[in-house]
Amino acid sequence: MTATLAPVRFEISPEQYRHWQLEFDGPIARLRMNIQEDEGLRDGYVLKLNSYDLGVDIELADATRRLRFEHPEVRVLVIDSAIDRVFCSGANIHMLGASTHAFKVNFCKFTNETRLYLEDMSAECGIHTLAALNGTCAGGGYELAMACDEIALVDDGNSAVSLPEVPLLGVLPGTGGLTRLVDKRKVRRDLADVFSTVAEGIKGRRAEKWGLVDKSVPSSRFKQWVDDRAASFGDADAPRGRSADDAGVVLEPLGGEYTESGVTHRYVSATIDGRTATITVRGPDGTPPADAAAARAQGGDFWPLRLARELDDVLLDLRFNRLDIGTLILESKGDADQVLAYDAFLAEHAESDWFVFEALAYWKRVLKRVDLTARSVFALIEPGHCFVGSLFELTLAADRSYMLDDPEQPTEVRLSALNRGALPMPNGLTRLETRFLGDAEALEAVLAHEGAWDAVAAQDAGLVTLSPDDIDWEDEVRIAIEERASLSPDALTGMEANLRFAGPETLETKIFGRLSAWQNWIFQRPNAVGEQGALTLYGRPERPVFDWRRT
Amino acid sequence: MGNVDLNAKIPNNVNLKDDRRLQRALESWQPNYIDWWKSMGPEGFQADEIYLRTAVDVGRDGWAHFEHVKMPEYRWGIFLTPRDDDRVIPCGDHAGMEAWQQVPGEYRNMLRRIIVTQADTEPASVEQQRLLGQTAPSQYDLRNLFQVNVEEGRHLWAMVYLLHTYFGRDGREEAEDLLRRRSGDPDSPRILGTFNEPIEDWLSFFMFTTFTDRDGKFQLLSLTESAFDPCSRTCRFMLTEEAHHMFVGETGVGRTIQRTCEVMNELGTTDPEAIRKHGAIDLPTIQRYINRWFSSSVNLFGGERSSNAAMYFAAGLKGRYKEERYEDHVALEGIYNLPLPQNGGMTNEEVPLRNAMNEVLRDGYVGDCKFVCDRWNRVLEKAGREERVYLPNRRFNRDIGVYSGVHFDTDGNRITQEEWDAKRDGWLPNETDKAFVKSLMKPSLGVGQIASWIAPPRTGINKNAFEWEYVRFDKSSVGVSLGAKPSLTG
Repeated sequence: MTATLAPVRFEISPEQYRHWQLEFDGPIARLRMNIQEDEGLRDGYVLKLNSYDLGVDIELADATRRLRFEHPEVRVLVIDSAIDRVFCSGANIHMLGASTHAFKVNFCKFTNETRLYLEDMSAECGIHTLAALNGTCAGGGYELAMACDEIALVDDGNSAVSLPEVPLLGVLPGTGGLTRLVDKRKVRRDLADVFSTVAEGIKGRRAEKWGLVDKSVPSSRFKQWVDDRAASFGDADAPRGRSADDAGVVLEPLGGEYTESGVTHRYVSATIDGRTATITVRGPDGTPPADAAAARAQGGDFWPLRLARELDDVLLDLRFNRLDIGTLILESKGDADQVLAYDAFLAEHAESDWFVFEALAYWKRVLKRVDLTARSVFALIEPGHCFVGSLFELTLAADRSYMLDDPEQPTEVRLSALNRGALPMPNGLTRLETRFLGDAEALEAVLAHEGAWDAVAAQDAGLVTLSPDDIDWEDEVRIAIEERASLSPDALTGMEANLRFAGPETLETKIFGRLSAWQNWIFQRPNAVGEQGALTLYGRPERPVFDWRRT
Repeated sequence: MGNVDLNAKIPNNVNLKDDRRLQRALESWQPNYIDWWKSMGPEGFQADEIYLRTAVDVGRDGWAHFEHVKMPEYRWGIFLTPRDDDRVIPCGDHAGMEAWQQVPGEYRNMLRRIIVTQADTEPASVEQQRLLGQTAPSQYDLRNLFQVNVEEGRHLWAMVYLLHTYFGRDGREEAEDLLRRRSGDPDSPRILGTFNEPIEDWLSFFMFTTFTDRDGKFQLLSLTESAFDPCSRTCRFMLTEEAHHMFVGETGVGRTIQRTCEVMNELGTTDPEAIRKHGAIDLPTIQRYINRWFSSSVNLFGGERSSNAAMYFAAGLKGRYKEERYEDHVALEGIYNLPLPQNGGMTNEEVPLRNAMNEVLRDGYVGDCKFVCDRWNRVLEKAGREERVYLPNRRFNRDIGVYSGVHFDTDGNRITQEEWDAKRDGWLPNETDKAFVKSLMKPSLGVGQIASWIAPPRTGINKNAFEWEYVRFDKSSVGVSLGAKPSLTG
């Protein structure tokens, strides 16, 4: 993909879906994959046999969001296929073959974020997810199935689950590697090894026995089994008052403006200058709503929700459409007291009101997307800013933060209840815990601190990287940004990804870590993409020729 | 079953008596096979003695062994064409190198899939045809049906031999699964769709053996070119049996046409109604059956552009029909000009030759089928008729490949959905045709008896007359009542 292609837009709504049918029957939602061959996001490939491209995943990501906000009545989501004897044959190989490396990486990252959102949805909203594999399920299709709570596979003597990437394409299986196979489903490693080298996959009872699927169901009973299973979740409890009596909150289009020089939304904008984009985040317009019902009445205009959606959109636009922007500068403007008031509101209602929780959970996901953004991120804390509490997390997500120390315009930062666990990183820790991983005392001191830190105190406490005074500020910041822009983008991507996720490994960190390291490495190697590489030659008359040396 | 028993029961040229691995595999598989045959083989005739040919050796005389035998006691054997020590790989990236006597690990899964897919069609066709015996038009035909059935059974044995001998535990499991799947069973269907539809009448059976078994012939021909020598030799021997199946089909349709000619000449009319009233099958109906079975068999060759086909050829797992006729056995340079439907019309696409190997094989098949049609037309000609049957274009009525999803007439011209809907019943067997053909399906099993809709063959089996006792019905079984039924006469 080159920059001359039409930009990818991430906002969509169900009536615009081309590849999925989203249907509701009381507490049962059905997401049926029906990929339109000739409606790929780009020209030059045909989406045969329910193979997907980014456009398909954008719809899937949208559907998981809308289920959370718009359908509080739903207790179970069945993902199946409209195509006879085919569930999903994974990411489209010809699309991958025609894509730039950067696009492939971003595609894989996006699809993995979407799969994690499915898992989040199940864990946080009480929506059981059931992958009903009515037929062949290969590669990324199986990754999608593994992202569900439960997998049922039709036993018709033919249908198999498979990860054929190693034997057929010479790349790492699935878009997120093999992590879910052994870490989530806990398939024994030797069986996983056999499974991952058999192109035709494993079917029926053996797939069940190996733990590749949860249930193998004879063909004649499959549909009924899926219906019965789905119905058994119909009256399950859902947390935080999610109820069929609620109407849900419709996510209206954001209506951002996209130009050469940036993106403008109501609370978030990005301004491009050379290879740097300045993202400005704005605080709320006033005080929080009186109560949770009032928040729900505001719907999509509820500030934390709107802010999260806008920032999400800006991050994706930068990620996919503006590849040469290497550095993101985070700034904020607004009334810090009101941000803290909103934080208090969120903290008070999130555990009792599902909608308030959803807004907070959205912010959590967007912050993770910042963590996973393969660009250098610097935060600038200047007078008039509102980087406090939940927004202070942005500065903690940044690779570096600079806070102006100007006695004429004193600047402060503050924490809120939301810095203490509501907004974890992919490693399962808070950003503060990760930051002070080797310094329990410093963490304790920060958490015990009441009130604000000025710039010098913030630097002393380890909350910001540097607090230049008003005389040094201009040069410090300018030089830091200019220097950053001069370094190898690849080295920076690797360095940042290594430094950001100190602490324990989780499913998420493994997926993205291995995705960035192994998958991207293998995808670059001549054995995959060289003239005689397996991916290059897939579907062509020649067979691949490998360089047999192991590294 | 002991080793000695096994070796006596199973004629073979694979040194079964000394092959412990094969003995062990067959000891459990053979009884399951017999169980399968008894429950899924020809229904109602298992106790009768059928005049069958049994392969007892690979030489010319090995085929001359005829005797009356109860089908469950038939001696299914394992025969491979004898090994040629100088054989080299005929085609693909390894062309010219020594043929493989063992499966290379890198191709094991691919090869296993090819063999299992081929093997699955053998028991499938037995299952599809299991009720046909009850409406056989003559003892001669009944015997031919069973000969085809036991040989399909032997083909299964041949493929199972490969699985047992060369594919370890996986191979044994696949061999078990071949007996577990059932044609038309929604929970455990046969692998290829076509093999899950029952064959309900004898006209369809003759069409199946003409056209669908001929697909089998071409698949076997491409496998005789395999770099994996045991597969090549197994398939070479299977081809000798396949030829008989196609003989049954071709002469069956030919005799049906012959009978139709006789009735047309006798009545002096071509009016389908009059011919039908006389108990024969009118030519337009026969043509519609040709159209249906040819088009569904053409599907079996797979997609016109196929990365699997390219992979199989490159690896040397499959070759072309008569690979020796070609000069370039690597086939990396050539292209195949493939007419493709585009925007309501047609365009041409240049497909790399390796990716077009399915189509190359299909070319050979279509040519072979044309000869069959010519021979049927000779029957019409000899009877002094002006009418002719024809082979529809390969693009007609396709479910698989680049011609599926759009419509073509029998000459291969693009037509619209409306034209298709209007003409479909004139091209393919319609409900009236099927009901009529079904109404003719009454058993005619007395010695020398023949149904109204088909002419007797010119000669019988193994120099016996047509009027001869090819089936000795077991007097104590139900099957005897079928034989005692009066036959329909014209």
